[in-house]
Amino acid sequence: MELYRSHVLICGGTGCTSSGSKNIEEVFRAELSKYNLTNEVKLVRTGCFGLCEAGPIVIIYPEGAFYSHVKVKDVTRITEEHLLKGRIVTDLLFKESVVDSKVRSINEVDFYKKQQRVALRNCGVINPEDITEYIAFDGYRALGKVLTELQPEDVIEIVKKSGLRGRGGGGFPTGLKWEFTYRAQGDQKYVACNADEGDPGAFMDRSVLEGDPHAVIEAMAIAGYAVGADQGYIYVRAEYPIAVHRLQIAIDQAKEYGLLGKNIFGTEFSFDLEIRLGAGAFVCGEETALLNSIEGKRGMPRPRPPFPAVKGLWQKPTLLNNVETYANIPQIILKGPEWFAGIGTEKSKGTKVFALGGKINNTGLLEIPMGTTLREVIFEVGGGIPDGKAFKAVQTGGPSGGCITADYLDTPIDYDNLIALGSMMGSGGMIVMDEDNCMVDIARFFLDFTVDESCGKCTPCREGTKRMLEILEKITEGKGTPADIEKLESLANTIKSSSLCGLGQTAPNPVLSTLRYFRNEYDAHVHEKRCPAGVCQALLSYLIIPEACKKCGICANKCPVGCIDGVKGKEAYKIRQEQCIKCGACMEACPFKAIERK
Amino acid sequence: MTNSINEVLDTNVIFVTGSNTTESHPVIGAKIRQAVQRGAKLIVAEPRKIDLAKDAEVFIQIKPGTNVALFNGMMHVILEEGLHNKDFIAERTENFEALEKMLKAYTPERAAEICEVDAEDIRRAARLYAQADKASIFYCMGITQHTNGVNNVMSISNLAMLCGQIGRESTGVNPLRGQNNVQGACDMGALPNVYPGYQPVNKPEITEKFEKAWGTGLSEKPGLTVSEIMNAAGHGDIKFLYIMGENPMVSDPDTTHVKHALEHTEFLVVQDIFMTETAQFAHVVLPAAAFAEKDGTFSNTERRVQRVRKAVEPVGHAKPDWKILMELMNHLGYQKMYRHPEEIMEEIASVTPSYGGITYERIDEKGIQWPCPTPDHPGTKFLHKGSFARGKGQFMSLEHKPSAEEVDPDYPLLLTTGRILYHYHTRTMTGKVDGLNRIAPESFIEIHPHTAAGLKIQNGEYVRVSSRRGSIVTKVKVVDTIEKKVVFMPFHYAIGAANMLTNTALDPTCKTPELKVCAVVVEKLSQTELDSLRSYAAAGFIG
Amino acid sequence: MITITINDQKVQVENSSTILQAAEQLGIRIPTFCHDKRLVPHGACRICVVEVEGARNLMTACTTPVAEGMVLYTDSDKVAKTRKEILELMIENHPLDCLTCEKAGDCKLQDYCYQYDVKEGPFHGVKKSYKVDDTNLFYTNNQNKCILCGKCVRVCNELQCTGAIGQFERGFDTHVGAPFDKGMEHSNCVSCGNCVSVCPVGALMPKSKERFRYWETQKVRTTCSYCGVGCQMDLVVKDNKIVDVKPAEGPANDGLLCVKGKFGYNFVNHPDRLKTPLIKKNGRFKEATWDEAYALIVDKIKNTKDRYGADALAGLSSARCTNEENYLMQKLFRAVIGTNNIDHCARL
Repeated sequence: MELYRSHVLICGGTGCTSSGSKNIEEVFRAELSKYNLTNEVKLVRTGCFGLCEAGPIVIIYPEGAFYSHVKVKDVTRITEEHLLKGRIVTDLLFKESVVDSKVRSINEVDFYKKQQRVALRNCGVINPEDITEYIAFDGYRALGKVLTELQPEDVIEIVKKSGLRGRGGGGFPTGLKWEFTYRAQGDQKYVACNADEGDPGAFMDRSVLEGDPHAVIEAMAIAGYAVGADQGYIYVRAEYPIAVHRLQIAIDQAKEYGLLGKNIFGTEFSFDLEIRLGAGAFVCGEETALLNSIEGKRGMPRPRPPFPAVKGLWQKPTLLNNVETYANIPQIILKGPEWFAGIGTEKSKGTKVFALGGKINNTGLLEIPMGTTLREVIFEVGGGIPDGKAFKAVQTGGPSGGCITADYLDTPIDYDNLIALGSMMGSGGMIVMDEDNCMVDIARFFLDFTVDESCGKCTPCREGTKRMLEILEKITEGKGTPADIEKLESLANTIKSSSLCGLGQTAPNPVLSTLRYFRNEYDAHVHEKRCPAGVCQALLSYLIIPEACKKCGICANKCPVGCIDGVKGKEAYKIRQEQCIKCGACMEACPFKAIERK
Repeated sequence: MTNSINEVLDTNVIFVTGSNTTESHPVIGAKIRQAVQRGAKLIVAEPRKIDLAKDAEVFIQIKPGTNVALFNGMMHVILEEGLHNKDFIAERTENFEALEKMLKAYTPERAAEICEVDAEDIRRAARLYAQADKASIFYCMGITQHTNGVNNVMSISNLAMLCGQIGRESTGVNPLRGQNNVQGACDMGALPNVYPGYQPVNKPEITEKFEKAWGTGLSEKPGLTVSEIMNAAGHGDIKFLYIMGENPMVSDPDTTHVKHALEHTEFLVVQDIFMTETAQFAHVVLPAAAFAEKDGTFSNTERRVQRVRKAVEPVGHAKPDWKILMELMNHLGYQKMYRHPEEIMEEIASVTPSYGGITYERIDEKGIQWPCPTPDHPGTKFLHKGSFARGKGQFMSLEHKPSAEEVDPDYPLLLTTGRILYHYHTRTMTGKVDGLNRIAPESFIEIHPHTAAGLKIQNGEYVRVSSRRGSIVTKVKVVDTIEKKVVFMPFHYAIGAANMLTNTALDPTCKTPELKVCAVVVEKLSQTELDSLRSYAAAGFIG
Repeated sequence: MITITINDQKVQVENSSTILQAAEQLGIRIPTFCHDKRLVPHGACRICVVEVEGARNLMTACTTPVAEGMVLYTDSDKVAKTRKEILELMIENHPLDCLTCEKAGDCKLQDYCYQYDVKEGPFHGVKKSYKVDDTNLFYTNNQNKCILCGKCVRVCNELQCTGAIGQFERGFDTHVGAPFDKGMEHSNCVSCGNCVSVCPVGALMPKSKERFRYWETQKVRTTCSYCGVGCQMDLVVKDNKIVDVKPAEGPANDGLLCVKGKFGYNFVNHPDRLKTPLIKKNGRFKEATWDEAYALIVDKIKNTKDRYGADALAGLSSARCTNEENYLMQKLFRAVIGTNNIDHCARL
């Protein structure tokens, strides 16, 4: 193996790629060859580093120098200064990397300090398109061990002992699922991977597939051995082109290396893997809808039971786990279940990846041990709320979850605590809201999403979520009545208890949890026709403060509907409220801040 | 059918030949497709790429009239590859050696040449059929309406017995009976050589039994078949003909010949529900009740005797056929009264062993499949379990024989006929249903695009189609589901009637005419013909 | 057999049965829309939900298998409230035109709304608005009445296996139609009408020539008179006229029919039906009485037999007639006339 004095890691995740990391890589390549550094400095395009907020990201080892927001024009400087002369370009580093004029390595930055990377361990470290790099980081050792030293029952026992629970949302014990599939009768069994990540703003699985696809492939082969399947399917969204591309490269390389296909490691075990592309329906992340979609049918959920472990793909026993769940498996095999069970809380073991977004400074991907508090995640790893605004709530579990208020910020994150708070772990979306967010509007936003994504199969979800949305729209438009809140609550409970699949059963959660914690906001909308956060347009009014008005007439000129009257230079201007469309153009235009919003 | 319809759902390999099942027996067609959805493999051997061909694992587009060669080719492969069921052959059959010897000559290559198909497809079909755990063959008129129809049927039996694919649940040979009660009409002895229950008329003990039951003397001389009756009528040997519920002017081959026969019958009685093409020739027409206006039973293709129940009163003075026949018998001096068809069934059960246990009470809900010899017998789901009717199954060594008429320069195309989904038989009923007529208003001929181009014929154009027996005008449908040298017409229509063209040549044994193969020529219409056609159409006769 | 408790009643049921089957066994009726025992369990309409002790949510009776020791309630307050709300959701998005709807009296939505006292939708929200597709010659597709139980699509795909219709769009916009929403006439529909027969509401309706109410009709079970499959069906009769045909669950057809069986019944009432005996005189048919016709035929039979012998007479029986009639026809020729010249078109 060749040795290099420096490694330049360029993020090739979706976020950094879309902000131009490919160009940066090319320029680096040109610069390195210009200075004859190609034999001394290795250029690696990796998966996601997590802190997407700071992208495009370049990290240079051995120093661990963390360059953020890198532009093409910065590349020459970094090459000449850092790589040629050995002087870190401090003004291009991530803002937190320089403390008291001292340069900190990436691992010392707050965003990374509290993280513990198991599922993401190779993301941002290896080149995902090169199987040898994965192998160099212990890749496929777990598969080798399983095939040559362990019986399927042993593997299942290890997974059970580790306490790993499904990372896709449900939190079902993974080992039990494997055992059910193993025990199910069938001449043919399948292993499937759910990579149809659909929560708005969530990209945990995408990052794993982009940064470390072999971890999933290896884990699926292990699962295939454990449950007795020789064929696997990875169901991944077509909207993840980089992930699909790298996954295919990884599958091809694994086949080339004999790590997929017939008689793996010279054993009796054979396992093949195929990618199936999803067309972007949220419901296809629901396991039975996903199976239908793989079979080429309309992506609609099937009733359970029978569960996929008994009747899955083509009515054969099928093991279905999500990407992050699989990504933990090789480490559990190699380091032992006790190691994994040593991380986390009593009932939620290991780590969890979250996609942090919304009103937060460090938007990005992070992996923390279970049991870390929400406060630590939001205020330490996440860097707090921008512009010094007050934290209001955090929505976990995406559109299926609920919001959690400041009172509960010190709750340790695990499956059961979040459910107790009326929310859920979900696949790991975490959206932070501040004082400027209207919670009724937030509920409306999530309902709008579920109405759009309802598959239309079952009555409560298809018809019910639509009616809930209509009521919420009524309330945000100031037309709501107290009876509407009652109807909303009653309908929410019916949908929750009678829908066919998880999507419908959880769709009312955003409404139920905002009703639980922010009932006062609903009441303000309904009784006082007021939006406390100042978000719901129909409930706002713009007023010109007569004393402050300089009679310049700029507002009247800007008004798109011409509802501002006054005489330039003579008479203070006034807004005719009944015609005002509340666009706010006047307020923005007024040079004297004489217009207020109430 | 040797098996029940629903047994198809558990069959592993289904072999459909000489049957356009989804159009002629739609519900059985649907069940075949259900079986395919459940994992069954389908073999289709048909002159046209019928709808079921889409679902087929192997589709063999054979030349009409070459089934024996196909089956022989398949059996050759099965023997060559040792896929035959040796135990079944040893225990339950005889005459195997002769068959084996005869089959030597039928290499798949030779069979493929006769059938004008790919030899490899014959091999694939043979392996699929022989290796199936449970295989069933379904066939219909595409097998029987040939001068070698009986050979076709026996050749199918050879194939089934060779592989032991008969006599078990979901394995068997299943002729699909065309009409609602063609099974029952045969069971009831509406055949010239047998009494009800297939009891031969020329066996003295049987004659004696019926003489006793009916209280009259009976003839032991087998009668004439339909085709023979028509011939005899044409020659003036049949003076009195009584036709109940049939329309030979449309359904029988060579309509000109039928017309001649009817015109030469001294006295013709036609009993029907409409003034059919045949009834026009009658001296007396009797108005019959339709199925919804009477009680009785039909026996379906799986031998199930089921109730027909009266829902409405007969129109006008129409009467149920049974009542007309009874009254006529009474007028002829035979004093037997039946108050209800149930009493007729009691008499049937008393003289017909296979119907011995059938009563209206027992068949009220689900019907019973004969044989059902006694009142406590549950009926028979599938036939030939353990043994065949004659004891051992006999292999017949059957060579391929060409159809009676082959193509020649004067008549260069082979015409084959069949049914379409939207009409029934001679359209006596469906022709009176508006929607059906709008979907399928008129006669047509299916022609391959290449053939049509050669004749400078466009889709939708009217053409003249002629055979040695007649000539008609019909509309062209250019389709790629048919071979270049073959054309197809539905036989339902009286105008542009396919049976003006078909051949009366009969199978020597069972006297079935060769409706499925005749030689024709297709010609473009001359301008004068087109003009007269237009004025004809304007008068509302066509289109 | 396992033991379960339904509505405080301990019972033994087959272990493979669903809650719905177990309840039926006890005579407990649970409402269903999307359930059809011939089809793959679907669980879409949710009207059959029941309360199972220990379960987080309500369970659909039609898809949930029973388990040893299961305790369930089919009509608890929670179940009744949920069913009522589901019906409210359905009727909210359904025209309230029961007064003129042809399906009235045979409509499950109407029946259950009556049972659970649902008069109208309580939300006053938007209703769907589709153009009625009447391009098929035998039935109409009015998606404004569809409750999306999915039976039509499933029957077409799972039983008829034609695959002519499917569901399009998703969520609230889900609807049933032909590919690319181009109308039924542009599909590969074979007009078997099996979709129409399973529709629980008025979305798929036969184009009937008659106006009738289902409560004015009687059903008569009979055997289809077209091909040899022997499908069982019910003739729906009003005032001595067939006004509709519904497939029955016969052993051969399991509730399926083809276009002819389902829609090809109008010939029975056709004005061209022969209504009286006709005797040809001078080349023209003249109406006659039965006695005149019989007298003439009897005379001809006797004469012919006397002059040429019995074998100069022949009869063609019919594969369209009943067993009893075929039996009498051959008996007439054999026992009364004295010849075996009797055949029918078995070979054609």
